Amino acid sequence: MSKLRIRVDQDKCQGHARCKSLAPELFELDEYGNAHEAGDGTVPAGLEDKAWLAQTNCPEIAIEVTEE
Amino acid sequence: MSDSPSASYLPEHPPVTDWVHDFDHTDPVWTDDPFPIWATLRAASPVVHTERFLGCYMPTTYQAVKEIAYDTEHFSSRRVIVRDVRPEITARAPPITSDPPEHKPAKQVLLPPFTPDAMKRLEPRVRAICNELIDEFIADGHCDAAARYTKHIPVRAIAHMLGIPEKDGDLFIKWIHQILELGIKDENEMMGGVREMTGYFVTHLEQRKLEPGDDLISQLLRAKGPGGQPLTDEHVLGSLRLLLIAGIDTTWSALGSSLWHLAKTPADRERLVAEPALIPTAIEEFLRAYSPVTMAREVMKETTISGCPVKAGNMVLLSFPAANRDPAMFPDADRVVIDRKENRHAAFGLGIHRCVGSNLARMEMQVAIEEWLKRIPDFRLDPAGKVTWSEGTVRGPRQLPVLFGKTA
Repeated sequence: MSKLRIRVDQDKCQGHARCKSLAPELFELDEYGNAHEAGDGTVPAGLEDKAWLAQTNCPEIAIEVTEE
Repeated sequence: MSDSPSASYLPEHPPVTDWVHDFDHTDPVWTDDPFPIWATLRAASPVVHTERFLGCYMPTTYQAVKEIAYDTEHFSSRRVIVRDVRPEITARAPPITSDPPEHKPAKQVLLPPFTPDAMKRLEPRVRAICNELIDEFIADGHCDAAARYTKHIPVRAIAHMLGIPEKDGDLFIKWIHQILELGIKDENEMMGGVREMTGYFVTHLEQRKLEPGDDLISQLLRAKGPGGQPLTDEHVLGSLRLLLIAGIDTTWSALGSSLWHLAKTPADRERLVAEPALIPTAIEEFLRAYSPVTMAREVMKETTISGCPVKAGNMVLLSFPAANRDPAMFPDADRVVIDRKENRHAAFGLGIHRCVGSNLARMEMQVAIEEWLKRIPDFRLDPAGKVTWSEGTVRGPRQLPVLFGKTA
């Protein structure tokens, strides 16, 4: 199975925080509540579904998921 | 959010007979059940127009709503309520009434107190508020859930954040009714509400200057604006007006609609009682299907939205609720699916004006529904009562009579 990597587009994120709620292991919020990917964005094995769930619930379409 | 007292009172509107060319979001038919109207408008065009309200467009699709929300060049937020009158703008409520470049610094001041972590610290107080309210009516076996429960939770929560007495909540509810409902057609009600609210906050501002605390008013007084200068009193007052106006009947409405749905849908209610872990997902679906808040913009420059020309000088009824019922975006859009997996709903807006209180609203809804279902797992609409809905741009039940327990 291929590895997933996530990235939050900082120009698009408006701080809805849906990703943090759905996949708390994969995202971090700054002091304003805007999201960025945890670490280098590599999705640990077993959390792939959560990565896709966060991606498909972001109202601003700010999350990119790429398969490596 | 308010305007000057120059314009006169306008009488009741004539009833609508042609929704596509003459829509009116204050018509009683719309207030009672707007969903079939939106479907009719959407089938006609992605953007419709009415001559009412001195000229107003309404985008009817998710795509058209999104294009307008992202386009701050052609669409200004300086007026955020569609009204009969359009007087000169005086009292502002930054950042909701701000456009770029003023918007970002005004919003950044408000964001840190409303992060999910900040809301976690407030959660125990909200849980206690919910239980205090339920204690007052649970023994009766019935209640008006809008008047006795959903109405008081956001008021008390925001009062707690601002460090003002929770018992002042009834005053806030009166001002909000004057500004958001009566104010659409009656300038005097609007101005009266704004004046009283501003006077109230001026007193609290002066008091916090003498005795600063950890509350949100003190935090705003300590905050620095873009140039490193403290915010002006007028700016702080504007933001306080915004928090009160935007933070109360919105969540009251979202919560009321959620309980209304659960009262009339036993299968969904039983599922959430059995699977409380599903409550956050269900709340997102309630927010989509029963989005309470419709915003407004003013067209500043002529442009095209989803192929439709829009002209300067008109207002825009920016209906996030209608966007959230667009079948092109949401399969089975008119059905409430409490475990809907993919849900990019726009209940809290899209783009730079994303609701600053969205984390607060979600926490309040989560806690209020959890506590209600724990203590009142079975309830239903009272067949002898009548559910009534608010008029205007924030939609939710204002009367919600329910009976507790299983049907005999």
